[in-house]
Amino acid sequence: MTRPNRITPALLIGFLAAVGFAVILPHLVSNFTTYQLTLAMSWGVAMLGLNVLTGYNGQFSIGHSAFFAAGAYGAAIMIEHAGWGPYEAIAAAAGFSFIFGFLFGLPALRLEGLYLALATFGLAVATPQLLKFDAFEDWTGGVQGIFVPKPAPLLEGLSADQSLYYVALAIMVFLMVITWCILHSRSGRAMMAIRDNPIAARTMGINLPLVKTTTFGISAMFAGIGGALFTYSSEFVSPDAFNFFIAVYILVGSVIGGIVSIPGAIFGGLFVVFMPHVAEDVSNIYTFIPPPWAVFGVFLILVIYFVPFGIWGGIERLAAWTKRKMAG
Amino acid sequence: MDLFFQLTLAGLAIGSVYACVALAVVMIYQATDHFNFAQGEMAMFSTFIAFTFLTFGAPVWLAAVGAIALSFIAGLIIERVVIKPVENAPVLNQIIVFIGLLMILNNVAGWIWEFTIKPFPSLFPADWGFHSDLIGPHHIGVIGLTLIVLLAIYLFFRFTRVGLAMRAAAANPDSARLVGVSVSWMLALGWGLAAGVGAIGGILVAPIVYLDPNMMSGVLLYAFAGALLGGVSSPFGAAMGGLIIGVLENWVGQYVPGGSELKLTFALAIIVIVLLFKPAGIFGRVVVKRV
Repeated sequence: MTRPNRITPALLIGFLAAVGFAVILPHLVSNFTTYQLTLAMSWGVAMLGLNVLTGYNGQFSIGHSAFFAAGAYGAAIMIEHAGWGPYEAIAAAAGFSFIFGFLFGLPALRLEGLYLALATFGLAVATPQLLKFDAFEDWTGGVQGIFVPKPAPLLEGLSADQSLYYVALAIMVFLMVITWCILHSRSGRAMMAIRDNPIAARTMGINLPLVKTTTFGISAMFAGIGGALFTYSSEFVSPDAFNFFIAVYILVGSVIGGIVSIPGAIFGGLFVVFMPHVAEDVSNIYTFIPPPWAVFGVFLILVIYFVPFGIWGGIERLAAWTKRKMAG
Repeated sequence: MDLFFQLTLAGLAIGSVYACVALAVVMIYQATDHFNFAQGEMAMFSTFIAFTFLTFGAPVWLAAVGAIALSFIAGLIIERVVIKPVENAPVLNQIIVFIGLLMILNNVAGWIWEFTIKPFPSLFPADWGFHSDLIGPHHIGVIGLTLIVLLAIYLFFRFTRVGLAMRAAAANPDSARLVGVSVSWMLALGWGLAAGVGAIGGILVAPIVYLDPNMMSGVLLYAFAGALLGGVSSPFGAAMGGLIIGVLENWVGQYVPGGSELKLTFALAIIVIVLLFKPAGIFGRVVVKRV
């Protein structure tokens, strides 16, 4: 299952039902849960970016925290220093992280698989230090970071958290549809051809450098948009919040949700936000159980051994299996 | 001028640590074509094991030797249990297994020993019988011990049967198998050795950077930079690369404006530049891949 699905009636109904459910959800749960769901979506958007890059284009990144940070800081700086509104600032964050990703993609062009992983690992480890750098302190606020007010509600009758939830939902759905369209276009097929066999792809006349750097840019842009949304819900950016483990969380979510999929990003986001709480509750009761992220490390390895296609890949396989059984 | 020599010697000392970790990374890379992203956390864990021996009252040398021996066994077991199942899996799966290992070791260390920063004693006497303003006693010991370790590893791979078998398994697994070398076990042995050498790096660096679960992330990045600079296909090159990076790091920190704040960015820059312009590194062989 390496290609995205065609639109089938079942898929379309499922999609509309999921969106409909997501629209009424904030009225069913508490404000705090709404806030957590918004966080999950901001992670999810970043994971969607990683899915496009790794799942569909075959380029590795264990440094998406850097682009997440670029978007978060991009938005915060535009609000703090240029006086922009929060929604225009998301566009600025997107543009900023796209350029950053595209530029990092340029040298990364010459790096294959493992070496690209190594370079992005370096980027992720160096990011907090770069954000603290004295010369940028007037912009980034140095170690202190920047305080970002939560955007005011768009409609009367909504709380700030609910409003932000709907903004995040709209962006997430929009980006998922856009991704689906890209993957079904000529460019999308080129991306997958490069992943499957770069030499054959080049022979077919695909412009490898252009497609790869653009994909890197798009992926970074998604991560940046996720970072901006993350900043609005947490109301704060600081350098040490964007350490290497942020990149690990993004990767973990992508893999567990299903890295060669679009909807997998939703599951990934939900996993990263909600599972630690669940696991923490369990390990508070049974204190001999190691802390959540150690358990998730084990879980991650087991997922790779036994179900490398992740949650969404599992759902797809289950659906295909049921269909075969029904057909007799 | 004294400052320059102080910086250089201190750079050689910290570079020795990078050399150990770079050597560990290259040993695994040579045998299996993996970069072990968990190498730093493995070394950190080993150092905490030494720390635990110390709290039980063991003398510092005994604690170190015990931790290194345990790390060897643990490295062997990790290869057998965790890495072997993905031996032939796609690169992404292997990278993710390393990341999983990194998460486990980091968080379990934080869980057992807490994320507070702890002091760690030096293996070496505070006085070597002579005094120098240019270099501290711990740094002398670090450089000396690293040189001994490098020599021992060289002799091991050059003159012992097992060392030769390990090189054969890495260089040409099929032929090695035909002459009766158990390639699979040689890989496990390589992991054990790498874990042991990494542990030496951790124990040597802990008195300098102090002991905490995140102490190795910077060291690992420098070690990667060193391994690439020297050449990932050459253990000797990787060790030299580590030493060079250590010295350069200190020079940049002192003489380049803003350099002291951007040391990790400097390592990143080295990695990217080497990969772009001389992927084989200074001492490495250019590998031609047939398609």
